[in-house]
Amino acid sequence: MLKQCEGSHAVAEAVALCRPEVICAYPISPQTHIVEGLGEMVKDGSLADCEFINVESEFAAMSVAIGSSATGARTYTATASQGLLFMAEAVFNASGLGLPIVMTVANRAIGAPINIWNDHSDSLSMRDCGWLQLFAETNQEALDLHIQAFKLAEEISLPVMVCMDGFILTHAYERVDVPTQAEVDAFLPPYEPRQVLDPAEPVSIGAMVGPEAFMEVRYLAHAKQMQALERIPQLAEEFKQVFGRESGGLIRPYRCEDAETIVIAMGSVLGTLKDTVDELRDAGHKIGVLGIVSFRPFPLVAVAAALKNCKRFVVLEKSLAVGIGGIVATNVRMAVTGMGLKGYTVIAGLGGRAITMKSLTAMLDKAGRDALEPVTFLDLDWKAVNKQIEREKAHRKTGPVAEALLRDAGIVGARNY
Amino acid sequence: MFQVRIHGRGGQGVVTATEMLSIAAFDEGRHAQAFPSFGSERTGAPVVAFCRIDDKEIRLREPIMAPDALIIQDPTLLHQVDCFAGLKPDGYILINTNKSFEELGLADLVAGHRAERLCTVSATDLALKHVGRPVPNVPLLGGFAAISGLIRLESVIKAIEEKFSGKVAAGNIAAATEAYNIVRKEMEEAAHAQAV
Amino acid sequence: MSYQPIKFYQTGTFTVGNRLLAPEERSVQASSKRFNSINSGHRACQGCGEALGARYAIDAAMEATHGQLIAANATGCLEVFSTPYPETSWQIPWIHSLFGNTAAVATGIAAALKIKQKKNPQAQEIRVVAQGGDGGTTDIGFGCLSGMFERNDDVLYICYDNGGYMNTGVQRSSATPPAARTATTMAVGPEPGNAFGQGKFVPAIAMAHEIPYVATATVADLRDLEAKVRRAMEFRGARYIHILVPCPLGWGTQSSETIKMARLAKETGIFPVFEAEHGELKSALAIRRQLPVEEYLKPQKRYAHLFGKQPNVAVIAKLQALADRNIRKYKLLETV
Repeated sequence: MLKQCEGSHAVAEAVALCRPEVICAYPISPQTHIVEGLGEMVKDGSLADCEFINVESEFAAMSVAIGSSATGARTYTATASQGLLFMAEAVFNASGLGLPIVMTVANRAIGAPINIWNDHSDSLSMRDCGWLQLFAETNQEALDLHIQAFKLAEEISLPVMVCMDGFILTHAYERVDVPTQAEVDAFLPPYEPRQVLDPAEPVSIGAMVGPEAFMEVRYLAHAKQMQALERIPQLAEEFKQVFGRESGGLIRPYRCEDAETIVIAMGSVLGTLKDTVDELRDAGHKIGVLGIVSFRPFPLVAVAAALKNCKRFVVLEKSLAVGIGGIVATNVRMAVTGMGLKGYTVIAGLGGRAITMKSLTAMLDKAGRDALEPVTFLDLDWKAVNKQIEREKAHRKTGPVAEALLRDAGIVGARNY
Repeated sequence: MFQVRIHGRGGQGVVTATEMLSIAAFDEGRHAQAFPSFGSERTGAPVVAFCRIDDKEIRLREPIMAPDALIIQDPTLLHQVDCFAGLKPDGYILINTNKSFEELGLADLVAGHRAERLCTVSATDLALKHVGRPVPNVPLLGGFAAISGLIRLESVIKAIEEKFSGKVAAGNIAAATEAYNIVRKEMEEAAHAQAV
Repeated sequence: MSYQPIKFYQTGTFTVGNRLLAPEERSVQASSKRFNSINSGHRACQGCGEALGARYAIDAAMEATHGQLIAANATGCLEVFSTPYPETSWQIPWIHSLFGNTAAVATGIAAALKIKQKKNPQAQEIRVVAQGGDGGTTDIGFGCLSGMFERNDDVLYICYDNGGYMNTGVQRSSATPPAARTATTMAVGPEPGNAFGQGKFVPAIAMAHEIPYVATATVADLRDLEAKVRRAMEFRGARYIHILVPCPLGWGTQSSETIKMARLAKETGIFPVFEAEHGELKSALAIRRQLPVEEYLKPQKRYAHLFGKQPNVAVIAKLQALADRNIRKYKLLETV
C-alpha cells in the first residue's frame, strides 16, 4: 500500500511486518523515531507477540539482543554514531557468536566534535566487525532492506546492519510502498536457529578458543560473508518476484555501460548524483554512477566488472580515514588493482554538510579532464583551515580547534590572535 | 519539479507544514519529498523546511537552493535570515503578516514579481480565531494552495484530517479555508489592479 | 507449660546431619541424582570457593526449576575454568558473552523465553540465572545490573565475591576490602594495601532498588545457600544473591581452609549473611560466637602487612569498626 510518511516510520512498519519477538531500544538521534514507532505498536497491541525493552545504554541494547537471539528469538535494535561505538564490544561479540540480529544504523557523524548530522563514519568504523552492511539509497529501499536483512541474517547466521542516512532519509517524508503481512510472511519464514539455548539440548555458547582453533573460527566467519556475496543478489531477485520491485543486491549501476567516468557512492547521495549525471550526459559527457549497496561483504568482483570499460572512477564518500584518506576508496581500489584505471577520492558531506548538484558538477567536470587532485575535500573552506594551521604554528595555547574556527567565522566573539 | 521553502521559528509547525504539503501532493497522486534543515532544536530558533513536488520520482537530496515558492511563517525573520536566497525570478512569496510588502521593506526585493504571486495573510490571527493556538502553519497551507494552484484546497483539508482529529482538525480546516479565500481575493484584486 | 528452646548446631561435616533430615530438606548435592550442572573436570584451583559456590547454587536452581534453566556467565574465573577449549563442564544451556553485560544478556534471554512461552503456553517454563564475579558485577557490569533491577526483569543474578579480579592476577575491584593487598594495591608505602574508601556493597544497592529478593550467603553454610537459591526461584522479577567465595590464591590462604575462611568472615561480622525482600531486611544468619577480626585477617597473606613485629593496630581497629557496624546494621547477633 502506497503511503506518504517519514522514513523512520516506514522502517518501523517494515520491522513490525517481520514479526520480531524482542526489540530493545536506547534513544539516540536520529534513529529514535524508529524505536518510538515500534514501542507504540507493541504497547497498543498492533505488534503482537513481541517484547519491547527500554534498556539503559546501547551496550545493554546489543547485549540484550545477544541473549535474546541466542535463545531463538528474532531480535532487532537500532542505533547511530556514539551509540554504535558504545556497543562496539558487543557488536563484535554478536557477529563472533554468529547471531542473526538485525540492526538499523541511522548514519550519523562520530564526535568529537559532537555532531548529530549525517555521514557514514559510524557504520564504517565497524566495517571489519563481521556484520553485513547494506546501505539504502531511498526510504523505500530502507524499508525493503530490513525485510531482506532478517532473511539473509537467519540463513547465513550472521548479523546485518541496515544503514540509512540520518535525517536525510530518517526524517524525510516520501512515498513508500508498504507491503502486506501476507507478502512478508511469504518471503520471510519463522526463525529457525542454528544454535539455541534450550534445556532439552544443552550447549555452551561463547567458550574461550585458543590458538589451536581461533583462526579456523574466524575464517569461517569470512567464509559466511563470501557465501553472502552469492546470496545477496539471489535474495534481491526473490524479493523482486514477491514484491515487484528492485531493491538491494550488491551494486546498482546507472548509465555505466559506455561511461568513461564512473562515480561511486553509497546511500542517499546517489539520488543527487543521478540527477547530476543526467545533466552531464545531456551536455555530452560519458559519465555514470555506481551505487554500492552491500559494503560488507565488499563486492570486489562486481565492482571490477562494472568499472571494466571506464577510463577513470571517482569515489565520493561521506567518510574519512584520518591519517590515510578515503575508506570506501581504499576498498574500491582493492577491487580494481591491476586494471590500469585512474582513481580519485572525494571526501564530501562530513558532519552533514550538504552535497549540492552545483559542487558535484564542477568536481566531475574537473575529473573528466583529469584535473582533479588524488584526494579532494569537497567544498572545504581552505582559508579557515590554513588560518588555523598558521595560528597553531605561531602560538602554543590556541584553545579548542572548533572554537577557533567558529571565531574566525564570526560566530563567537573575536580574540586578539 | 516545484520546490517550496518554508521559513519560520521552532514551535510554529514549519516541519509539519512541509509534511502536510507533501501529503496533500501525495493524495493528488504526485511524488513529494519533505524534509527539515536540521539544527539544534529549540523553540524560537530559526527553522527552515523543504518540500519538492514532481510527477516522477524525486532523487535529489540537497537543500532547496532555488525555490519556486517561499512561505514565511514569521516576518521577524525577514531581516535576520536570508529567506529569499535563490528564489526564482517571479517566484511565489506568501508571508504571515498583516502588513504589506512595502511596509515590510521588501518593495525593492520583489520588484520583478507579478503582484498576484506576492500575498500576505494574517495566519496567526486565523489560527487563534479558529483553533485557539497561535500556530500559523496550517492556514498558510490554505493560502499556499490559493497562491500557487499547486495543490487543491481539498487536498490540504485531507492532509489536515490525516494529521489532526476532532475539534482541532475542524478548526484547522476552517482556518485553512478562510486563508485560501483571503489569498484568492488578494490575487483577484492584484490582477484587477494591474489590468486597470 | 513453659519450654526451653535448645539449639542444635551442625559442626564438622554435614554428612551425618543430612541423614537426620527429611529427604526434601536434604542438600541437593547429597543426592545421587544431583544435577552436576557444572561437572567435574573443570580447571579451578584446589580449594576454589567459586567452584564450590557455583556447584551448589546452580544445582539448587536446577532443582527449583525442574531442570528448566538457562545460565548466562560473565567473563572471569568461573567462565574460564569451566570452559577450557575444547571442553565444557556445563551440562546446562550456558552462554558467555562479555565481561560487563551478563545482566543484560540474561534480560534478553528472559524476554525471548517470555515470548516463546506466550506462543506455546503448554511448554514447560524455563527460568534464567546470570552469574559473575565481583569484578563483572560491582564494576564493569554495574550499569547493566542496575538496569535489570530497575526493569525488574525475571532474572536471578548470582555474584561470586572473592574481592578482586582474580583470573587476571589478583587486581583490586570495588569489592576488594580495605587494607587488602592486591597487585594494584600493593602492601607498600604509608598506606599499604587497598584504601579505605566508601565501599560498594552491592547487596545494599540491590535492596535500595527494592527488588523482590536479595540475599547474601557464604560457602561455609551451603545448606543455607541452597535454601536461598530455592527461595529466590519462588519469586518473579529481579533477584540477587551475593556469595562470599574465598580465593586461596588471591587471599593467600591454605586451599584446605576455604570453608573455614568463609565461616570466619561470617563469625567476625566482616561479611553479613542476611535476606531481604522488596528492600526490607527479613532475616539474618546469626553469628554464633562473635570473633575479633584478627582471627579472620591473620590466616590471609593479603593482610600480612598488618601484622608482624609492629601490628597496625589503628587499621585493625578500623576493620573491627566496620565489622561492628555490619553486626548492628544487619542484626547479626541473636538476641536470646
